[in-house]
Amino acid sequence: MAVVTRSEGPSPRARRGEPVRALCEVLTYRKTGVYHSLTLVAPEVAAQAKPGQFVSLGVEGGGTLLRRPFSIYAVSRGGPAAGTVEVVFEVNGPGTEWLATRTKHDVVDIVGPLGRSFPIPQQRVSCLLVGGGYGVAPLLFLASALQKQGLRVDMIIGAATAERIFNPIEAKRLSAGTYFTTEDGSSGVKGRVTDVVDQVMDAGQIGVVYACGPMPMLAAVARIAARRRVPVQVGVEEAMACGVGVCWTCVVPYWSGGEVRNVRACVEGPCLSGTRVLWDQIGVRTDADGPPEEAAP
Amino acid sequence: MTTVEQRPAVRPDQVDLSVDLGLLRLANPIVTASGCFGSGREIDQFFDITALGAVVCKSITLEPRLGMPTPRMAETASGMLNAIGLQNIGIDRWLEEDLPWLQARDVPTIVSIAGETVAEYRMLAERLRGRAGIIAIEANISCPNVEDRDTVFACSPDATHAAIQAVTRGATVPVFAKLTPDVADIAAIADSARAGGAAGVSLINTLLGMAIDVETRRPRLAAVTGGLSGPAVKPVAVRAIHQVHRALPTFPIIGMGGVRSVADVVEFLLAGASAVGVGTATFVNPLITHEFVEALPRWLAAHGYGSVRELIGAVQL
Repeated sequence: MAVVTRSEGPSPRARRGEPVRALCEVLTYRKTGVYHSLTLVAPEVAAQAKPGQFVSLGVEGGGTLLRRPFSIYAVSRGGPAAGTVEVVFEVNGPGTEWLATRTKHDVVDIVGPLGRSFPIPQQRVSCLLVGGGYGVAPLLFLASALQKQGLRVDMIIGAATAERIFNPIEAKRLSAGTYFTTEDGSSGVKGRVTDVVDQVMDAGQIGVVYACGPMPMLAAVARIAARRRVPVQVGVEEAMACGVGVCWTCVVPYWSGGEVRNVRACVEGPCLSGTRVLWDQIGVRTDADGPPEEAAP
Repeated sequence: MTTVEQRPAVRPDQVDLSVDLGLLRLANPIVTASGCFGSGREIDQFFDITALGAVVCKSITLEPRLGMPTPRMAETASGMLNAIGLQNIGIDRWLEEDLPWLQARDVPTIVSIAGETVAEYRMLAERLRGRAGIIAIEANISCPNVEDRDTVFACSPDATHAAIQAVTRGATVPVFAKLTPDVADIAAIADSARAGGAAGVSLINTLLGMAIDVETRRPRLAAVTGGLSGPAVKPVAVRAIHQVHRALPTFPIIGMGGVRSVADVVEFLLAGASAVGVGTATFVNPLITHEFVEALPRWLAAHGYGSVRELIGAVQL
């Protein structure tokens, strides 16, 4: 079913554990509330993909040039949709608009799986997953993997409004305790995810926290986890051109090897230790002697 | 009106892809544009990068640099702006960590260097003396000169001459000057580089640009301005290559700027480039340089050319 040929298909030297590029067929396009989802036939990507990794998709129209990165929401390795990868997105420009008009049998250019996945605990610990907006999508992939390991999963899901909570039914199915927050109070607790994190962590012996969503939310969750001395993994988002580690645009200031480094969200991330991200330094000048204007790439 | 004459058929495997940049011979004209290919390892996951004519590494400075804050990138119509701020691990760590891998893989390497002073350019060149695998230095002189009110070296004929002379005096390999197109007379700057001892020029660096988010009224880059690359800049590159080739017909040119198809590669050769760098297109398709190496002989054969060299500067005016 997948449109894969020698010249168009997997890269010449794809090895296990390395990303591939392929032209893949759309199996399904769905609209779920305010979000869109695409299921793509990409067996080489599906075979390797781990929770927290992403794919980058080629888009067209409106003078767009670059690929768009999307966290992997689900992969299917068996059954009727074997060898597929599903991503979730919101339309926020011509690229995602183009993707939202793809239908069954259309062909999309994919590179993946990319980036560092969420580490899975080696010990039997309870896991708290905190998601905002469509950042919930990769956490559902993670919850399913944690559940398979026999680990307890609790989820806190936040959004601006009830209709912006992504797939609450699946979240409830995959977690022992599921908590919703909305900024307008239309579902669950009125407020933000961080308003309930402490309460949920007080109630259970949480051994690790995972978070995915807007950067300010990640910073706030990481601070709470750090205060409680609980390991926290975050899936970061930063403006990205290549997705494969060569353009150095998507960096995050990170404490690593005894020094501050600007690590790439696409290679060293997107899953990073939330306590080692220097949240206060994101978007802040760090090279005191750096040129104010730089034409060189 | 002229027409291209009919040529006898050539088989793709008979096409000679090798090109000369002065005394430097490359197996084929496809190279990477500086700052668009990481350390080499990242793209080597997708294909064997020894297939390329050469790999041009990301600009290296004397000291490590953390670079600019984010956002560092903004997509624009058929292009992108970037302001990385020359983030790199510094020459000492590069020699320890990245060069040995390139040497072990036998990748012909062109090392891009960037200095803040003339003395730094010389020191960088000296650090690279006699290192195996390094076939040339590309001096990125589109950098602010801290000793002259931060004016960009490549915007002044005198500063270009001084920086390039410093590199050539320190170097044991051919030196290419990477020039910015943001000047009134690029042929005059290229001639200054030549007079400073450059073996050739790399044309073009990014164009300085800016984009503003109309909702927030803030610049879309943290650095406010940044370098524009991608298909949007391609005609500027073709023009610059053409102007320098017309003024200095025997002076080798590595052309780059928005190349994304084999036809673009041919266009750059026709304008006067002897090798063609690929940058932003690698962000879109990590395999694109490999595809060019495979497709170029087919294009040449189909058009009756037995050698890439027949096309260099062959634009019919």
